[in-house]
Amino acid sequence: MSRLSSTDTPEETADVAEAAVDNARSDLLTHLAAQLGDGLVESHLAPDDDLWIRVTREAWVDAGDYLKTGLGFQYFNFLSAIDWMPSPFGRDMDSQVDIELGHDEASEIDSSLEHGVTGGETRFQVFARVNDIVNGLGVTLKVDVPDDDLTLASWTGVFAGADWHERECWEMYGISFDGHPGLRHIYLPSGFEGNPLRKDYPLLARRLKPWPGIVDVEQMPGDDDESGDAS
Amino acid sequence: MTAISDREQLAYIAAQAADARVNVELETEGMTLNIGPQHPATHGTLRIVAKLDGEQVIAVDPIMGYMHRGYEKLAEVRTYPQVTTLINRIDWVGSFANEVPFILAAEKLMEVEAPPRAQWIRTILFEMSRIANISLFLGDMGLQVGAVTPAFFAFRDREHVLNQIEAATGGRFHPNFDRIGGLKDDLPAGWITETKRAMKKMRNFCDEIEGLLQGNEIFEARTRGIGVIPADVGLSYGLSGANIRASGVDWDTRRDNPGGLVHNELDWKVWTHVDGDSFARFWVRLQEVRESTKMVDQLLDGLPGGPIMAKVPRIIKVPAGEAYVETENPLGVMGYYVVSKGDLVPYRVKIRSASFNNISITPWLLKGVYVPDIITILGSLYFILGDIDR
Repeated sequence: MSRLSSTDTPEETADVAEAAVDNARSDLLTHLAAQLGDGLVESHLAPDDDLWIRVTREAWVDAGDYLKTGLGFQYFNFLSAIDWMPSPFGRDMDSQVDIELGHDEASEIDSSLEHGVTGGETRFQVFARVNDIVNGLGVTLKVDVPDDDLTLASWTGVFAGADWHERECWEMYGISFDGHPGLRHIYLPSGFEGNPLRKDYPLLARRLKPWPGIVDVEQMPGDDDESGDAS
Repeated sequence: MTAISDREQLAYIAAQAADARVNVELETEGMTLNIGPQHPATHGTLRIVAKLDGEQVIAVDPIMGYMHRGYEKLAEVRTYPQVTTLINRIDWVGSFANEVPFILAAEKLMEVEAPPRAQWIRTILFEMSRIANISLFLGDMGLQVGAVTPAFFAFRDREHVLNQIEAATGGRFHPNFDRIGGLKDDLPAGWITETKRAMKKMRNFCDEIEGLLQGNEIFEARTRGIGVIPADVGLSYGLSGANIRASGVDWDTRRDNPGGLVHNELDWKVWTHVDGDSFARFWVRLQEVRESTKMVDQLLDGLPGGPIMAKVPRIIKVPAGEAYVETENPLGVMGYYVVSKGDLVPYRVKIRSASFNNISITPWLLKGVYVPDIITILGSLYFILGDIDR
């Protein structure tokens, strides 16, 4: 189509982008760094693809507000959280077949925190995404939430749509949001105990009935190096 | 059998009524009306508790979770190819479209690209699921205002598309056809001609719906100027798809960020409407089905040859990293934020489903409307419960 924005034409600029700089996203990062100062902890820029920033807990609302009012990121995409502590059950919820196939070293439980892009210090991270739909840009914001104080300022004042996402996040991870109009259960029944998406919350279905795992690996079209006959 | 006196019977009825009144606050002026969870207008099991003042709604509280299946948790213990089976069931009337963004996210992390033929067939099936999905809406929208005929037409003509999806993938509703690196199979013989015929029938169906509803006095009276969403409110609630385009926002991921699909090689148009009311949402979707049928025709004409599967290992391990991929699904923008730690299974999958954001505007939107308009507004926002509850 004709109306592709100049910053995001995927095919044509993909090769050039290896060497060139993604101007739109690096400009954006400069603006954010200038506005947030120490509030911006770390950033990760994948040229012509995506931008991640990690902000401090104090700068969380300011960052959202500045992106919305100052930089034109009016579109609220989603908000959720990640639990970076590997499951204390290790991989025992996987089937034996999968373990033999995939991860031989995984028998001992690795409980070290290993964060994804933009790093982090705490077990829980809240992340959210906002978009600038005029220029076709998106930013993923992350913030560390310390274990001893699982609270974060609410984004509902900035983006009205954050309401339900924060309710879901509170229910699934136990992170509460200051200033939220009503943190109630959204999916689970109102007396539910526990935070299901935490990694230390066991998946009971797996406990009761072991998963068969990969029982038959489907033959892929063109997959002839294993079996010898082309499909 | 013991006979009950009238007095006992009345007492029994009163007790039953008191039980039923658990959620109802009796006030002198207002009342609370419970709609659902089982209600034809809710496309599944959404319950809406509306506080009324006479005929007007003061506040609305949508209650969901009746169909929450915990796919984000389940995806953490399933291998990447197994996840597609789950996510097929998120938006169950446009299933194939659910698979695409997840597969694209996994491919992005693996740095694998599907061969051109696979990308084209993906786009064909992607658009066909849009037609199958939205044609249901077009019939249903008539049903919301009391017109039953469009619903019959929709179910009759939708079958042509579903038959073609079944012929290609083997699954009418849950194809599970997309693979990391390509597709499961090539198209069967004679499929292209049959699909073109089906597309022609769908264009006729659009004309029929237009003739039945657009310009119909009752339909227009019930939808024009009802449930108006201004663009900035829609954006801050994260509305997407036809719901935001009906508010005049010219934004379509298919055009602006096509990713692994080939929409940018086709000649088509993004339709918008300035009104932002229920009618605009209906109208935009009607045009979208037409555009999709044209797109499928073009895709079938230009279908390149070659393999349908890139070289991928038999056992798929996705390198560590994070990727977010979103596509313009029938219900709106659907995205998957996939965090991998280099295992067979994803570490975390955040499913950004369109309907969850689309329906989160209801407490704002339904404030002040009249009771019968609740139904048409919900119908025009068009959500599938599986897409809210995940």
